[in-house]
Amino acid sequence: MKYLLDVTSLEFFPKKCTGCGRCVDVCPHGVFAMRDKRAVITDSNLCMECGACALNCEFGAIKVDAGVGCAAALINSIITGGPPSCDCGGTTGSDCC
Amino acid sequence: MSSEWTKKDYWGAVRSRISAFRMRYAVEPGLYAIGEPGAESDVFVTANYKLSFDTVRKSLKGLNAWILVLDTKSINVWCAAGKGTFGTDELVKRVNEAQLDKIVNHKRLVVPQLGAVGVNARAVQQATGFRVHFGPVYAKDVPAYVNAGYKKTDEMRLVKFTMLDRLILTPMEINPSMKKFPLFALIALILFGLQPSGILFKDAWAGGLPFLLLGLAAIFSGAFITPVFLPFIPFRSFAVKGWIAGMIFTSAIMKTMSLDVLPAISSYIFFPLASSYIALQFTGSTTFTGMSGVRKELKIALPVYLIFTALSVILLITDKLSQWNVI
Repeated sequence: MKYLLDVTSLEFFPKKCTGCGRCVDVCPHGVFAMRDKRAVITDSNLCMECGACALNCEFGAIKVDAGVGCAAALINSIITGGPPSCDCGGTTGSDCC
Repeated sequence: MSSEWTKKDYWGAVRSRISAFRMRYAVEPGLYAIGEPGAESDVFVTANYKLSFDTVRKSLKGLNAWILVLDTKSINVWCAAGKGTFGTDELVKRVNEAQLDKIVNHKRLVVPQLGAVGVNARAVQQATGFRVHFGPVYAKDVPAYVNAGYKKTDEMRLVKFTMLDRLILTPMEINPSMKKFPLFALIALILFGLQPSGILFKDAWAGGLPFLLLGLAAIFSGAFITPVFLPFIPFRSFAVKGWIAGMIFTSAIMKTMSLDVLPAISSYIFFPLASSYIALQFTGSTTFTGMSGVRKELKIALPVYLIFTALSVILLITDKLSQWNVI
């Protein structure tokens, strides 16, 4: 399943890539693949911005604005002005996630 | 620790899917033994959400292994990794606390792949000497992964989102909406019952009942139908999907009722939008929607919700005032 097209904040800098394959290993949507011993992006529209690739790329070849893609969290952040959080107020009755 | 599930485990799994019970369904963080593990046995890392822990131990049936449970405040691996509680620091802390280097003679930690959102493998290795292997997404693939020499197939890397997966999530979509329903019902009944002479129960019921039904239908279409039939409803936007589903239900119910023109228009405006809003909440539960997309949807949808909800209320009030011959 694919979500909205051309919205992802995923950025890949091929020059920094050493071809370790970690991004291919951690991406749950197959956004990366190995070609000629380097990583390539197969389809950036598959990206859900979870951030696993960027966190685990030792060479800084990937940048992504990772965060919770939850409408309630984003609405809360608009109301409170804080960062989007999944905690829904932090009460034990939380129904998020 | 047994790899078998008891009746209590099954009941707990059901309860955690339908209520806030999930926020208390936890196991104590720390190191657990499955079977009779020794110094050579693998260490599998998981969250202290009991359903996560139970899923892992069930998948390790017949194996001798260690399970290292991180304190994620009873949240599953993926969500906790997103928040950072299933993360590098917590993993390093638990490895040290359990004195893992004295328990096993190898340097392998198998972390669920989705944990990579919070775990920096390199940083863990620098801090503990243990090498993080990101295992399969699903615990059920762990035995095959281990047998293949800690190698994943492409299939094991990909997260799925089947109709059954979506169906299981719907109770937790319906619940929060139903919590707001009594307030909506109260407002609707008061509005319809309100007369110059006071609130008439008979009017409240006769006028309000269609609205209560339409409200329930909006919740059903937004929190159940849209998630379950997600890929079959046209357009990528969840707000649009929810609106389409809501419009179908609203139209179907409106055909069986004979509302006046203004309340009818008001209904056609409000209820599909309510369904749309509820469907948009499901973005928080899917396995494929990202923050930038949701942000884009909200930017357009929120003003639409606010403006048209106001419009539908104005229409209802206009209707009310004309009944009273004020205008």
